[in-house]
Amino acid sequence: MNFDVAFGQYCEGTSLLHRLDPRAKILMSLFYIVDVFLAKNVFAFAVLTAFVVFLIALSGINMKIILRGLKPVLFIMIFTAVINIFWYSGETVLVSFWIITIYLEGIYNALLIVLRVVLLIAGTSVILTYTTTPLSLTDGLERLLSPLAKIKVPVHEFALMMTIALRFIPTLIEETGKIMDAQKARGAAFTEGSLVKRVKALIPVLVPLFASSFRRADELATAMECRCYRGGKGRTRMHVLKATPVDVLAVLVIILLGVALVLINNFTGGFAIGW
Amino acid sequence: MTGNNFAAEFRAVNYTYNKGIAYEKHAVADVSLGIERGRVTGIIGSTGSGKSTLIKMLNGLVKPDDGEVIVDGVNIWDKKVKMRDVRFKVGLVMQYPEYQLFDETVEGDIAFGPRNMGVSEGELHERVVEAAGFSGLDTALLSKSPFDLSGGQKRRAALAGVMAMRPSILVLDEPAAGLDPSGRNEILGRIKSYQRENGNTVVIVSHSMEDVAKYCDRLAVLSEGRLVACDTTENIFTEGEKLQSIGLDVPEITKVADELEKLGVGVGRDVYTVKYAAEKLIEKYALGKGRE
Repeated sequence: MNFDVAFGQYCEGTSLLHRLDPRAKILMSLFYIVDVFLAKNVFAFAVLTAFVVFLIALSGINMKIILRGLKPVLFIMIFTAVINIFWYSGETVLVSFWIITIYLEGIYNALLIVLRVVLLIAGTSVILTYTTTPLSLTDGLERLLSPLAKIKVPVHEFALMMTIALRFIPTLIEETGKIMDAQKARGAAFTEGSLVKRVKALIPVLVPLFASSFRRADELATAMECRCYRGGKGRTRMHVLKATPVDVLAVLVIILLGVALVLINNFTGGFAIGW
Repeated sequence: MTGNNFAAEFRAVNYTYNKGIAYEKHAVADVSLGIERGRVTGIIGSTGSGKSTLIKMLNGLVKPDDGEVIVDGVNIWDKKVKMRDVRFKVGLVMQYPEYQLFDETVEGDIAFGPRNMGVSEGELHERVVEAAGFSGLDTALLSKSPFDLSGGQKRRAALAGVMAMRPSILVLDEPAAGLDPSGRNEILGRIKSYQRENGNTVVIVSHSMEDVAKYCDRLAVLSEGRLVACDTTENIFTEGEKLQSIGLDVPEITKVADELEKLGVGVGRDVYTVKYAAEKLIEKYALGKGRE
């Protein structure tokens, strides 16, 4: 079983993107997502693509890792592309037989939508997940949401839950692989037979996985209590986040990128995405 | 069919984790190794030396990047070979196998392997009882939930789950890790008798030099994914310096024998079990001196 889940995995580095304040990076990725949906015509997409390529170069992350992160959504990309090719109606007919008509515009549209998904994932992962450790990510999130604590939202507890959940994702993946290997060694077949059979074949994996998750949770709780953990009240931090002018500038760049994209949409022609 | 007497054989196998990206790791590098039929072979090496990856190749859980894995004279990655058949022939007990128990009863869990093999329901119970006996599990526990057993009992149940498939090659990854000394000796002793009584082939991966000295006929030494040596247990342990240079060690008793040898009162350097050392010492000093 191949469990190389690269999407959302931290890649070590010392680039500017790695060094930015996590709060800035969270805001940047939020604005970036808006930017991606602001891009409408081919020129806007070209600018956006160039920007993402620039970010990847800046981060110093291997292109292979970025591409590997796109693998999990490959199916969604192909699916939306196919739907667009067949259902989009434009003016230039390319092929027409039976009830199917494929338009040139449909192909353009499919390409732009695939590009949008690629940019969305590549951009957010290079701004946030590949360049930010899970720890500083939740740290930043907790600080960003801290005003909510005033209206009794348990921000610290949420952040802690998120830290723990993130921390245990690789552990669980590893554990799943081990258990699957062990059951395969006893002749379990996960990729054969009917759907019902395959779902049934997962029971020998899920039961031990649940059992060990509960055990882990229990051990973690004990370990935390042993160190007198009692929630976020009055806790100080080892690493205090400090925003610098560079962080503010970085967020501004992303906002300005959005403005630029809107202007490009309005003042240049070229094919524009349908939706 | 090959002319040698190997139950399984690695031919120049290589395996690299995370090929092509930054975290690339060469786990197994150009290993050629024959596992002799009807013997206990120990695989030793420090942490990260590729032992676990290597034994996962024996039943096709890991596919080597290149090289061949031969079981009973057949390349297991040949298109005609059904991997499940290989897995029933090569029983693999993974590290800490007690965390893989899942069925409602211990009996059901032990029967999982044979049931996948297509063993008839009538024969299943017989196999389960036999396997439980082999691994030293009280048959009164068979109707219990595996989650109610103690750690040592769980380990035995998991071991029985593989033995119930009656594999002709039994492969175990650290079967005694985390057990108390008596549990350790009992489990390893039972594995040894699985080999001795039925002429089966056994492969044991271990960190404990004492254990492999006691139970293994032959040893393969791995370091950083490469095979450093493969020989009889005596011959491996006479080269203590070599083992120490790759982060391994010799059994304590071998060190004692070495020191005795330096003092001129030794009994040879091929000593690696306490029992053998005692026999040699008695032979040399106690015999004919009026001791009972």
